[in-house]
Amino acid sequence: MGIIDNINKLFDHRIRLGIMSILVVNEDADFNRLKELLDVTDGNLASHIKALEQAEYILVEKSFVGRKPNTNYTATKLGRAEFKKHIEALEKLIQKPKI
Amino acid sequence: MVLLCFSKYFIMSEKDYLKDISEIKNLMDRSSRFISLSGLSGIFAGIYAFVGAAIAYVYLFPKTGEYLTLHSWNFKLLLILLASVLILSVITAYLLTTRRAKRNNEKIWDTTTRRLLINFLIPLVTGGIYIIIKLNSQHYGLTASLMLIFYGLALVNASKYTIGNVKYLGYAEIIIGLICAALPGYGLWFWLLGFGVFHVVYGSIMYLKEQKN
Repeated sequence: MGIIDNINKLFDHRIRLGIMSILVVNEDADFNRLKELLDVTDGNLASHIKALEQAEYILVEKSFVGRKPNTNYTATKLGRAEFKKHIEALEKLIQKPKI
Repeated sequence: MVLLCFSKYFIMSEKDYLKDISEIKNLMDRSSRFISLSGLSGIFAGIYAFVGAAIAYVYLFPKTGEYLTLHSWNFKLLLILLASVLILSVITAYLLTTRRAKRNNEKIWDTTTRRLLINFLIPLVTGGIYIIIKLNSQHYGLTASLMLIFYGLALVNASKYTIGNVKYLGYAEIIIGLICAALPGYGLWFWLLGFGVFHVVYGSIMYLKEQKN
């Protein structure tokens, strides 16, 4: 099953899929922006971000805005490529006639 | 029995994947596009432009044989009129858009609107400064054309951050701006077409679409 191969296990979760969706159409997004768009708790979001970061799908950049720490996230080239593959696989799966 | 389980698995997962795709699309739009631009504000902007152009035509434009000079009070009044049309349009757009954003549960000031505004303002401010420089050296023949062109470019540039057909309004403004440049002497009429008629038409189309949803 070639199609199933391209379904990325890492994207098989609403929040991780959401994070990637946001990051591929935006140059970057910070933690609060992701939290607000995805409507999740801090801890939940952080753990999913960690998973994507470990896979090197996203890049984490910490900085300070005034005195407040600010964390920015961008999608890496690898992340974008994997996301694209995943979407294409999803589309093919949906187009497939029912058994 | 095995076959039944297998097909059940497929139908279920298919539903999930469909949900995934619509979720992805939704998030992409919500995170990168501002959807609450109000069509009604376009209609109002058009009406202000009509009123402004009418006042200018009746009271301020030079009669045949006269010239419009830069330091005449006519010219200054014309600039004030232009600024009033602009300010009124911006205030109306802001009020109506805020109202709609509240209804859509969309924030009026976030990364998306900031990007929308910056991308809109870069060509617009460039054009504005350019026009002022030209005016200062007595070149006001192309003012209407330049306003249309730069406004059109601003719309096209900002359209990436909103949904709807703003970019087509932008293309239309650019095209008539160029035609206007080729036909000197009809500046006011092209200005009226671009800022009056086009806004009303575009605003009405958007407004009808909004009502349908």
